[in-house]
Amino acid sequence: MRRSNLTRRHVLKTAALGSAALITAPYVSGVHAAGSLTLGCWDHWVPGANNALTKLCTQWGEKNKVDVHIDYITSQGEKDKLTAAAEAQAGTGHDIMSHRDWNIQVHQRVLEPVDDVVNQLIKTHGEISPVAEYLAHIKGTWRGVPTTVGAQVKPCASRLDLYKEHAGIDLRDMFPADEAKYDKAKTDKWDWDLYLSSAEKLFKAGYPVGLPMGQASDAVDWVGALFNSFGVVMVDDKDNIKIDSPETRQALEYLKKLMAVNPPEVYAWDDAGNNRWLISGKGSGIMNPPSAWAVAKRDNIKVAEQVWHHPMPKGPKGRFVGQLPQFYGVWQFSKNKSAAKDLLLHISQREAVAQLVDASYGYDLPSFKSLYDLETWKKVEPPLGTAYSYPPRGDEVTSIAGRPARPEVGAQIYNQAINTVMVAKFTQGNEKLDDVIKWASNELEGTLRA
Amino acid sequence: MVDAVQRTWAPGLAGERGAQRRGLHRFVRRRSTIAFVMCLPLIVIIAGLVAYPALYSIYLSLLNKAQTRFIGLGNFTFLLSRDVFWMVVWQSAVFALSAVFFKALIGLITAHLINNLPTKGQRKWRGMLLVPWVIPLALSSLGWWWLFDPTHSAFNWLIKLFGGDEIPWLSDPYWARFSVILVNVWYGAPFFLIMYLAALKSVPEQLYEAAAIDGANAWQRFLHVTLPMMRNIIAITVLFSLIVTFANFDIVQIMTAGGPRNMTHVFATYAFMLGIRSGDIPLGASVSLFMFPILAIAAVFILRGVRRRGREIG
Repeated sequence: MRRSNLTRRHVLKTAALGSAALITAPYVSGVHAAGSLTLGCWDHWVPGANNALTKLCTQWGEKNKVDVHIDYITSQGEKDKLTAAAEAQAGTGHDIMSHRDWNIQVHQRVLEPVDDVVNQLIKTHGEISPVAEYLAHIKGTWRGVPTTVGAQVKPCASRLDLYKEHAGIDLRDMFPADEAKYDKAKTDKWDWDLYLSSAEKLFKAGYPVGLPMGQASDAVDWVGALFNSFGVVMVDDKDNIKIDSPETRQALEYLKKLMAVNPPEVYAWDDAGNNRWLISGKGSGIMNPPSAWAVAKRDNIKVAEQVWHHPMPKGPKGRFVGQLPQFYGVWQFSKNKSAAKDLLLHISQREAVAQLVDASYGYDLPSFKSLYDLETWKKVEPPLGTAYSYPPRGDEVTSIAGRPARPEVGAQIYNQAINTVMVAKFTQGNEKLDDVIKWASNELEGTLRA
Repeated sequence: MVDAVQRTWAPGLAGERGAQRRGLHRFVRRRSTIAFVMCLPLIVIIAGLVAYPALYSIYLSLLNKAQTRFIGLGNFTFLLSRDVFWMVVWQSAVFALSAVFFKALIGLITAHLINNLPTKGQRKWRGMLLVPWVIPLALSSLGWWWLFDPTHSAFNWLIKLFGGDEIPWLSDPYWARFSVILVNVWYGAPFFLIMYLAALKSVPEQLYEAAAIDGANAWQRFLHVTLPMMRNIIAITVLFSLIVTFANFDIVQIMTAGGPRNMTHVFATYAFMLGIRSGDIPLGASVSLFMFPILAIAAVFILRGVRRRGREIG
């Protein structure tokens, strides 16, 4: 009897090579199937920004004979998340859906792998944001394509005049609108100690900084960035709860001092609270994308003229900024996956990204560092160069609260705002530090159920 | 032959068909059938929009987070071990019980005041006092949120105008609890008002006359005539309001989203946070179902009392 040469080892090896080839293979368009394509996209808050995306999609549709239809869904009241949850449960809906922050994790089981698209983008644009990778690269498979639209970081947005007058800090000199001119000696000075001392001076002058401490994402993001720069780890990637540490105590003690020089209402602010604080002229600084500045440009130009976006303060473990990427996911039940992937690739090309960033006045931030050199960030004004340092520059690293816990756990930590509730318990509720850490440990233990 | 058989059978068949028609006619004319047919649209709506979602959420609450495995009561036992969940239970109870109490009290007082107004003025007041209940709750909550705005509160502006100190309506957890309860009372009191007014109007005038002849004063008339006659309406409105208030979502979500420090979360907002925002739909479903057995038992007792009193009166 002739024995087959096909051994189990051979099969495994062939399968592994096949999979690797499939994953690394360049994306091949299969769009000629044509038909129609429906998108459920995040409704941009910048007037006219949706038009840029519509235009790009329409052009692609006309070229490829695909009928493209876009529904813009607001994130007010989490309506976009509700729509995604309903479509995932029903197994029907749009072909492509945009997903904010952790939603790729949430719907990973019903999302089509998009390795071919993302790998092609990495090949074209280079290194991708580690936060985007953390959120959408699940068990070795990309389940979402990082968007340009709506993706953001939350660095400092400070008043040039008030910082100069009351704290003696020239932010434009420290962070000029050209990364090549960054002076390490100056930028290194911008740490959490300097931030606190300047916040105290600004508070005394009647222009406090406004740092939200509620349970909305702006609060969770800046506290997450601060925790990272102090080296606080809530849960590590092996499910060990690490919150009871000297780093946590140091960070909380620091925050006690910092929150004392914030307005008391920060504990009730939603994501618009800090924007209003800056726009009203009462506040000297917030941590936010250029949305507050853009509204000030419309409603209070005197304030807008003095707003400068610049990196976050540095801590003992580095300089971190909160990042919230968005993703496009292709549902497994989509009828036109091939066309969907081709469209996503099209709107992620440099020229398309440049149009989208421009339409949002620089608010939208792609997940590829190589695209941070787009003209928009250099040219928006007033003041000229205000948004230049909105994309992470210098030694600033993007981060998200909840990391490095495995993403299922991180999603719970982030969405339940465990970090800001901890801080509020200690700073507003005046609970004992040990009790706060014990409470957080208990809550974190609950997140591990995920 | 075949024709003959058909002819032979034809009168019999016609008679049978006639009997069937008469039976169908009788069936259609029966009152219970008409009642059933008329209720059918409602039954379909309730089955589709209430029963099915309720059963589906029970099913969801028995699954694991990924909804791939049946875990029995695992989600419920997990919830029972969480501090925040017990805080939510406590807050929901405080929110619902205090709001229903004040709604009932205000409803009762205003119903009496309106009932004692001349008929001409009554309609005007009734219409005006119903306005909070008619405005969509999401809109009115937004209006209240502007009044309580953490930084630019209209109430605080007024308080400062008169030389007072600002009140942290939404940033202090205890004031925030007060604020959401206040808005719920403002919204729900007209429902009690209208129900109690209807009940007051149905109390026979002879009873008051008899009580007056016996020398009862106003308070005694209220205690021994009005209140016993209104007991059923009070019980039913309190039950309905308790169920609706325990399930309230809009007010808390719009005004505080459960903060500060999770101290204003109620079942619905906590379920939303776990189920939709954190993507754990089975756990969210478990939270939303948690009050179901307690409210169901309360409903059984309250409705039994209502039936018993109804029989006594009948």
